[in-house]
Amino acid sequence: MLLKKRERESAEINGSSMADIAFLLLIFFLVTTTINVDTGIGMVLPPPLDPTEEPPPVRERNLMKILVNETGLIMMDEEPTPIDEVQNKLIEFIKNPEGNEELSISPQAAIVSLKTVRQTPYRIYIDMLDEVIGAYAFLRNEAANENFSRDYSQLNKEQKDIVDDIYPKKISIAEPDPE
Amino acid sequence: MAHFKKKQAGTKQEVPTSAMPDVVFMLLFFFMVTTVLREVTLKVKIDLTKATNIEKIEEKRLVSYIYMGPERLPNNRLGNDKVQIDDSIVDDIGAIRQLMYDKLLQEQRMIVSLRVDESSEFGLLTDVQEELKKAQTFRINYSTKSEATRN
Repeated sequence: MLLKKRERESAEINGSSMADIAFLLLIFFLVTTTINVDTGIGMVLPPPLDPTEEPPPVRERNLMKILVNETGLIMMDEEPTPIDEVQNKLIEFIKNPEGNEELSISPQAAIVSLKTVRQTPYRIYIDMLDEVIGAYAFLRNEAANENFSRDYSQLNKEQKDIVDDIYPKKISIAEPDPE
Repeated sequence: MAHFKKKQAGTKQEVPTSAMPDVVFMLLFFFMVTTVLREVTLKVKIDLTKATNIEKIEEKRLVSYIYMGPERLPNNRLGNDKVQIDDSIVDDIGAIRQLMYDKLLQEQRMIVSLRVDESSEFGLLTDVQEELKKAQTFRINYSTKSEATRN
């Protein structure tokens, strides 16, 4: 009688601890998972410059030279500028709505050159770059609203290309002077 | 024996838990798939800076990281700024070219994500960028945290 009962009990595998095992694994992966999407400022580096070759000529008025020193002071075309005015000045330079002789001929021709020194902390450099990217983001958004009455982020690929052609992002990161 | 009989006679009162392992396994697989176990041990200290106008990198497979920051030394001290690629610190800046070029050969559309400490000097960054140019890895990304928009 006793023997028969034991046989019957062992016929089924006890699966109740399966959940415990699965939970343990689940908690392990929950703890180790980091769902962090990498965010940042995307850039495309230019190809290395051939030292024997002269850089292509750029007209002075199409070039906005931004100099930043290691304490975060900014010069825009030889003019000291506080950081919160940088974006507005850039937008004016790129668009040049009044056809000012000293600003860019057209948005397509505008080049923003960013130059700093070797001692500049990365934070200041990124803040500066952020302002430049911000100016372009503003202009592209504006163009998107004018042409497609939608925000830039909601445009499809072809529409984005059209807007990008209106305001091409030409940012040059100048090498710091060797000391 | 009487106890045993009583249990069989009564109606079933438990909540059926047979589906619980399935549910848990489903969650488990989700987290297993999303987990990135290839996390490197950082040998440099990195506090990312903040920026407003940032974009997300959707294709994580394409990203390869370069870390830059003050080296972590024993006893919580910090050393000079160093460059770390994968698991090791690269002392010779010139070696970065070959390292990154080899990686580029494996993935043509590679994006180099530069994770730089906010206090690092620009000089080191520009040296690394020169090497990246020579290695033909032109797509870069300055990794930053997001900052609430001001306007």
